[in-house]
Amino acid sequence: MPRIEVDANRCKACYLCVSVCPKKCLGKSKTISKKGYFPAVQERPQDCIGCKMCYVMCPDVAITVLKD
Amino acid sequence: MQNDVIAPENLVYAKPKLMNDTPMHYCAGCSHGVVHKLVAEVIEEMGMADKAIGVSPVGCAVFAYRYLDIDWQEAAHGRAPAVATGIKRCWPDRLVFTYQGDGDLAAIGTAETLHMLNRGENIPIIFINNAIYGMTGGQMAPTTLIGQKTTTCPYGRDPKLNGYPLKITEMAAMLNGTCFVSRQSVENVASIRKAKRAIRKAFQSAMDGKGSSLVEIVSTCSSGWKLSPVKANEWLEEHMLEFYQKGDLKDTTGY
Ligand SMILES: Cc1ncc(C[n+]2csc(CCOP(=O)(O)OP(=O)(O)O)c2C)c(N)n1
Ligand code: SF4
Ligand code: SF4
Ligand code: SF4
Ligand SMILES: [Mg+2]
Repeated sequence: MPRIEVDANRCKACYLCVSVCPKKCLGKSKTISKKGYFPAVQERPQDCIGCKMCYVMCPDVAITVLKD
Repeated sequence: MQNDVIAPENLVYAKPKLMNDTPMHYCAGCSHGVVHKLVAEVIEEMGMADKAIGVSPVGCAVFAYRYLDIDWQEAAHGRAPAVATGIKRCWPDRLVFTYQGDGDLAAIGTAETLHMLNRGENIPIIFINNAIYGMTGGQMAPTTLIGQKTTTCPYGRDPKLNGYPLKITEMAAMLNGTCFVSRQSVENVASIRKAKRAIRKAFQSAMDGKGSSLVEIVSTCSSGWKLSPVKANEWLEEHMLEFYQKGDLKDTTGY
C-alpha cells in the first residue's frame, strides 16, 4: 500500500500538497510543529494511490512517498 | 509487508540526495524551493554531482549554496553570468550554471546576462521570474506586470510612469549565441514536470558545447504578492501566463 510521510522539520504549511492530492487524503495537522507550523498530514493513508503529485508540488521537499 | 521499517525497496520518492537537511529559508509555498528540487534532481540524473558549479545571485536565492551539495560561487548582484563565464572558461568540463531572480537578471544584471548569452558561453541560466523584488520587500521589478501592485507602485504599474514589463527571454531568443530558450512555470504538477525537462535540456546543451541557454521559470512570490501560496499559484495562472507565454522560444539543440 502506498502512503506518504511529511517531515515536520521541513514543512511550512503552505498546503500546496493538500490542494493537488487527487484522492483528497491530505489535511492539516491539529498539533503545532517545533518550527511553529501546523504541518500537512496524511489523514486517510488508505486512499493514497502513490501518485507522487504531493511530492512534486512540495516546495520544501518535505514529502517522502513510500509503499509498505 | 512491513509497516515499521522503511526498506529501501519500499521507498518510492524522497528528497534528492544532493539536497541536504538544512531547511530552506524561503517563505511557505515559494517557487524557489520547487526549482531547487528540480535542479538537484537533474544534476543527480545526469551524474554530474561532482562536476556541477552553481553561481548564486543576490535576491532570495542568495543562499542557494546552503541547500544543494554541489560547488557554488556567490556573485555580486546581477554579475552571475560574468562570474560563470570565468569559471567555465577555466573548467570547460564542468557543468557551470547560474540561478538568478528577475531583479538580479532583468535589472542590475541585464548587461552581463545578454552579453554572456550573446557570446554563446556554454552556460545555462535558470531565471526565476516572480515579477517582483522578493528579498527586499516586494518592490517593482522591470518584469512587474502592468497594473500589478507592489510597494513602489502601490496603485499598480503604470506604463506612462514606469515603462513596460521587460521580456528578456524573447530578447535571448534573438541572440546568435543561444541554443535553447524556454519559458516554463511551476504552479502545478504538469508544469513542474515540463520545467524539469527544460532544465535538463539546457544543462545537457551546455555539456555538449552547443552554446548558452536560458530557462525562465514563471514563479510565485506569495509574500511579495500578499497572497496565500495556493492563491498565488492561481494568480500566476490567471495573470502572469497571459503576458509571459510559455513554451520553447528557440531550440537549435537537435535533441
Ligand atoms: C548592488 C546591489 N544593489 C541592490 C541590492 C539590493 N537588493 C537585494 S536583492 C534585490 C532584488 C532581488 O530581486 P530578485 O532578483 O527578483 O530576487 P527575488 O528575491 O525576487 O527572488 C536588490 C535590489 C544589493 N544587494 N546589491
Ligand atoms: S501520493 Fe498522490 S494520492 Fe498519495 S498523498 Fe500524495 S498526492 Fe495524494
Ligand atoms: S507542500 Fe510541503 S511544505 Fe507545503 S504543506 Fe505540504 S508538506 Fe508542507
Ligand atoms: S519573499 Fe518571495 S521570493 Fe523571497 S522567499 Fe518569500 S516568497 Fe520566495
Ligand atoms: Mg524576483
